[in-house]
Amino acid sequence: MISELFSVTVLIGILASGIRLATPYLYAAIGETLGQRSGVLNLGVEGQMLLGAFAAFYVALTTGNLWLGVLTAMIVGALMGLAMAIVTVNLHAEQGISGIGFYLFGLGMSDLLFQKLLGTVETVKGFPPIQIPLLSDIPGLGEIFFSQNLLVYLAYLLVPLSWFLLNRTTLGLKIRSVGENPDAADSLGVSVARIRYFTLIVGGTLSGVAGASLSIALLNVFQQNMTSGLGFIAVALVYFGSWRPVGVLGGALLFSLVNSLQLWIQVLGIPVPSDLAVMMPYVLTILVLVLTVSRVRAPSALTKPFERAD
Amino acid sequence: MKKFGTLFSLILIAAFILSACGAPATQAPVATKPFRVAVVMPSATTDLAFSQSMYDALGRIQTEMGGPSAFEFVFSENMFVVDDAAAAIRDYATKGYDLVIAHGSQYGSSLQEIAPDFPKTSFAWGTTVDTFGQPNIFAYEAASQEGGYVNGVLAATLSKSKVIGVVGPIETGDAKLYVDGFKAGALATDPTIKVNINYIGSFSDVALAAEAATTHIAAGADIMTGTAQMVVGAIGKAEEKGVLWFGTQSNQTSLAPKIVVASQVYHWEVALREIIKLIKSGTLGGKSFAANLGNGGEVIEFNPDYQLPAEAKTLAEQTIAGIKDGSIKITLP
Repeated sequence: MISELFSVTVLIGILASGIRLATPYLYAAIGETLGQRSGVLNLGVEGQMLLGAFAAFYVALTTGNLWLGVLTAMIVGALMGLAMAIVTVNLHAEQGISGIGFYLFGLGMSDLLFQKLLGTVETVKGFPPIQIPLLSDIPGLGEIFFSQNLLVYLAYLLVPLSWFLLNRTTLGLKIRSVGENPDAADSLGVSVARIRYFTLIVGGTLSGVAGASLSIALLNVFQQNMTSGLGFIAVALVYFGSWRPVGVLGGALLFSLVNSLQLWIQVLGIPVPSDLAVMMPYVLTILVLVLTVSRVRAPSALTKPFERAD
Repeated sequence: MKKFGTLFSLILIAAFILSACGAPATQAPVATKPFRVAVVMPSATTDLAFSQSMYDALGRIQTEMGGPSAFEFVFSENMFVVDDAAAAIRDYATKGYDLVIAHGSQYGSSLQEIAPDFPKTSFAWGTTVDTFGQPNIFAYEAASQEGGYVNGVLAATLSKSKVIGVVGPIETGDAKLYVDGFKAGALATDPTIKVNINYIGSFSDVALAAEAATTHIAAGADIMTGTAQMVVGAIGKAEEKGVLWFGTQSNQTSLAPKIVVASQVYHWEVALREIIKLIKSGTLGGKSFAANLGNGGEVIEFNPDYQLPAEAKTLAEQTIAGIKDGSIKITLP
């Protein structure tokens, strides 16, 4: 049974599953990375994802237009990000608590809308897998990397894009300086408030897409509380990836690959109790976190509301 | 300031006294009071699974008894936080409902604490057989291995690849019974068949349930089943790949009419009818009820749109009859 784990079918299966499972984490965690690099911890990701997932599903179901669904999810996420920005930047509210508040809002609101507008679980025709010409014909690799749906590809594209934004643009420099030393940034004429508004709105938009990637690309159903903690894992992945897009990618892939590995371990009937198997990705994540911790410190101004000293 | 405080509390006290006096006077004498039931459940009434099975059963009881004037029910859904559920149970008991149902085995210890405080209220909880020896607690459970067995027999008959995938939540209770029964049924029909079982460790993680289904399909499964509310993710994947599905708890045909063959549906009204009758005659608890194929508490509902071969249908009916008359014994691990 153990030897079956190393067969080609299984290895391809593990990698392809891992890449799919990592998709929503990537959107949400990269959005969260931007926010945290500018000094705001947003614990409302899960709520933004749920509302985004519902919005995308409902619009796709009623109009049949998937892109309109994604767009609605983006707008809903952006509005949630905007609200978070008003509360934490203008009103100086404690970030952790307000984030939890937005999570609960998203959880309850998506549930309410689901009950009122749909009432029961339905399916929608979501983004189909795209076979990239030639590349998808490569045995093994084709199935793993080049036969996924469009939102999966875009999620991975986001990693270099966000890296470029953070490290190679003036805007990225401003984001980082606002997260490290808002007073200095402010004295040099960088608007701390404007930067934080920007990162929170972009972060919310990406969380909305994370939800859409579940409801109209990967699963094609909506159910109450369907993210079930995914948004919180995304926040953890930002710490895991030491606030860097590439690190976040590594964390998301590790977590997802181990998750798909444990699915296969059970399917192949390898005698590991299911309770232990499902624990694997979490245990491994904690282990890696413990072993690599303290190499990189968090943005200095993280969770601190900025108030201009006159 | 202190004076104001005293005055304020005096007004409050006066208001309370007045409202307390007012209440009985406004209450009109009612000839026939409806039987009132409150239920607390862990997921949504539309989950196509555990919570919906109870919600649908209460609706059927209401129709049977003659509508809301004879039978009234209220519910709190999505009570996945046990503390919130406990508060709701206590609230309902305080409001004088005839029967308060805690629909979820996770609510047991809360109920054990609450029930003695309301000796005149009847409580029911499931799925379990344990009434805690309390005179006002009923218990109910489903012999879900029975329907699981029937589904397993059918699955083994229909499978061409001889690999079947099962997506379960957590390896315990009702879910484990169903899965074990399913496996026993499949293996009794074809001892060489492979039944791959996957417990994903969650009742709500739709994404992981979907990926578990994809894994089963990659491992060669052409038939799948699963239990609990997160299986909607798995059903979606099954539909995408044209893999057949067997449902349980509620009728899951509506979600994927092309691939659902049959669902084991819980008809809790079998237990509810007995419980209501007992309460009306003055017995508030102390008994446990089991829903099974024999007493109609479990029904195998076939999807009319799926063309089930006649011999398979006959085999299913023979299996159901065999379980009912005891000629088929289900041995669980």
